[in-house]
Amino acid sequence: MALRDNQGRPLVAVTGMGVVTSLGQGKDDTWAALTAGRSGIRRISRFPIEGLRTTIAGTIDSVEVEPFCAPMLSEQLALRAADEAVGQSGLSRSDFPGALFIAVPPVEMEWPQREALAEASGQAGDVTYKDLLKAAATGRFKAWHDLFIFGTVADRVADRFGTKGSPISLSTACSSGATAIQLGVEAIRRGETQAALCIGTDGSVNPESLIRFSLLSALSTQNEVPEAASKPFSKNRDGFVMGEGGAALVLEDAEAAKARGATILGYVLGCGEKGDGFHRTRSSPDGMPAITAIREALADAGLAPDDIDYINAHGTSTPENDKMEAMSCTAVFGERMARLPISSNKSMIGHTLTAAGAVEAVMSLLTLATGRIPPTINYKVPDPTIPLDVVPNEARDADVRFVLSNSFGFGGQNTCLVFGAEPKGA
Amino acid sequence: MRGVVITGIGIVSAAGEGIDAHLEALAAGSPRIDTESFAPYPVHPVAPPDYDRQIAKKSDQRQMEVWQKLGCYAAGLALEAAGVKEDAELKSRMHLIVAAGGGERDYAVDGQILTGLRTAENPGVFLNERLMGDLRPTLFLAQLSNLLAGNISIVHGVTGASRTFMGEESSGVDALRVAHARIASGQNDIFLVGGAYNAERPDVLLIYEMGGFLWKQAYRPVWERPPEGGGMILGSGACFLVMESREHAAARGATPLATVAGIASDRSRRTPGSVGQALRTQIAALNARPDAIVSGATGIKAPTEEEQAALRETFPEAALHATGDVTGHMMEGQVPAGVALAAALIARGQSNEALVTSVGHWRGEGAVRLTKAE
Repeated sequence: MALRDNQGRPLVAVTGMGVVTSLGQGKDDTWAALTAGRSGIRRISRFPIEGLRTTIAGTIDSVEVEPFCAPMLSEQLALRAADEAVGQSGLSRSDFPGALFIAVPPVEMEWPQREALAEASGQAGDVTYKDLLKAAATGRFKAWHDLFIFGTVADRVADRFGTKGSPISLSTACSSGATAIQLGVEAIRRGETQAALCIGTDGSVNPESLIRFSLLSALSTQNEVPEAASKPFSKNRDGFVMGEGGAALVLEDAEAAKARGATILGYVLGCGEKGDGFHRTRSSPDGMPAITAIREALADAGLAPDDIDYINAHGTSTPENDKMEAMSCTAVFGERMARLPISSNKSMIGHTLTAAGAVEAVMSLLTLATGRIPPTINYKVPDPTIPLDVVPNEARDADVRFVLSNSFGFGGQNTCLVFGAEPKGA
Repeated sequence: MRGVVITGIGIVSAAGEGIDAHLEALAAGSPRIDTESFAPYPVHPVAPPDYDRQIAKKSDQRQMEVWQKLGCYAAGLALEAAGVKEDAELKSRMHLIVAAGGGERDYAVDGQILTGLRTAENPGVFLNERLMGDLRPTLFLAQLSNLLAGNISIVHGVTGASRTFMGEESSGVDALRVAHARIASGQNDIFLVGGAYNAERPDVLLIYEMGGFLWKQAYRPVWERPPEGGGMILGSGACFLVMESREHAAARGATPLATVAGIASDRSRRTPGSVGQALRTQIAALNARPDAIVSGATGIKAPTEEEQAALRETFPEAALHATGDVTGHMMEGQVPAGVALAAALIARGQSNEALVTSVGHWRGEGAVRLTKAE
């Protein structure tokens, strides 16, 4: 079998995968729950929920970090996912022979730290940033500089696994995880590296992050039954549910992977992206950017629309996204879209934001490996304007050779990936 | 591999607007400074541009905070300088890599909440209620790292696709490095790359003061700070560059300012001597022979001393400039600004080959080698 694609570039193999979500630690636990149609969404217990419009999330409560904050939890999720992925690949856990690309949530100091600085300042009257600066100048809070700058999670992951070169920390909003994979694919295709560790991580369910999304009316407020709130493609969907997660993929030049006798779990065959200048949070009404991103991914993979057997949807459960995604997919796949299975992992794990593209890439590859399509749960009230086969409520077995995974985000980000069990024609 | 050239520069900072103002400031070496607003922390304040000239709609300006407006403004200048501002088709396939941190906070709200939390009966509930009630919904969009790129897409129609890199100084080097690699390999033809920074913010001063990195004495140029303890002076501004393949520039009749001959970027756990060693390794790998060096040095004691020693020893004849003495330290935007200065020196015939360095305040070392355009 040729180890180059039809454009003469090195084929990019996946040789390791790891994941942690609200459904479990490790891909086996997560996959078992996901294919059983179980939800990881629960009532938030991490902080008080009084006064909030949304009180549910797919939090990961089993991982303890100190101090508890988004960068610490995100780092832990990344490390655990990467440990599983690198372990599976058989490559070195301390001297990883390639680059690191990691999608991390934008971080900043959080309220417990601001409060500690305010207290240390001794200010008894109105607190201002002058007081916080005065406390900072004592030198007692030095460690928080490192903790709350943007490059630190990547730096710590790079240190742990011994990845090579300058690690890339990136954000393309809710398509970040897919972009991390895309950057790895590109570096391998260029011959810069034979291996890449690509990670998406997000542990940012904290009061302010949740409230910011809430104030944009992006979140579901169907709090009564947490497990039932995320209902992508349903008529009564009303927003996404925040989730936490981490996922890692080891990508390798297929030739190098085969030469060292690695087990190949699948291939990243194509990546497509397209910017959208229409609006900060809404996508172009004609769907052109999403349509272009899907077409670019197919073209990059050397596939035709008819080759795709399953779509792992972005499927956030917001009124806007699901409508636009259905429209864009229908524009690309035509009347076949009515029977082409498309399902949303977010119905069970919520929207893991920065991590979503990477988490869903792992699930897409597990579908290829097992021939099992996870369902879209909570699908009780179909939306007549979205006449799709969303694999409602129960997993399904199918012969799946090629999967499209969609990721779309605020700021006009559209990134699509195509995975295959084997390259076409193999 | 295809040659990669710079065909447009947009820059705004304490030195003013445009490349002429910045080269003048490079020669003068006494940047505008504000020692009052955030005393005892000096900052290099941006000369506020007339945003209307690059961000036509007031409604767009209202959706952005200062760092995004600066970035959007500089991006417009770069597109204009490259002669592509009115070419909608070209901009629709132009890619964008932005090096960014995050956006402003509502400082008054933060202060009120911190004051109230001290006496709140139930602090968690108080926090929820105040954030729900007091945060402007659209502030989030002015904070998100990737929304500078998003705003550039909206305001200027640059919609190939955007990626935002984070990670302080290193993100600026890596943004240029990845754009360069994608152009050189033939994957893409043309990019807009850069970063923006607003230093006139107490929350960013807070982060760097916690780490003990800020200069708090009477103004001194970058190289003169280490003997007095060292420290950085943050600067507000933005810089964007149009980078494209030599063939692409020629085909559209654009005049290249300089060639981006190579970019190195790495990290290591810092130990005494590691910064100097990293730079020497990168200089060798780039095969650099500069007659001018534009350094991104912060003024922080150890890394600045090591960098200065390595550069003086390796290139005793080269003119050594510090971007910090022109714009202050613009963090993610520091390397794009340094590359802009170096490319302009080359375009003016004041240099045949220039080296831009980036030694991060805390981690990350990088270097960019620029040569004449032809």
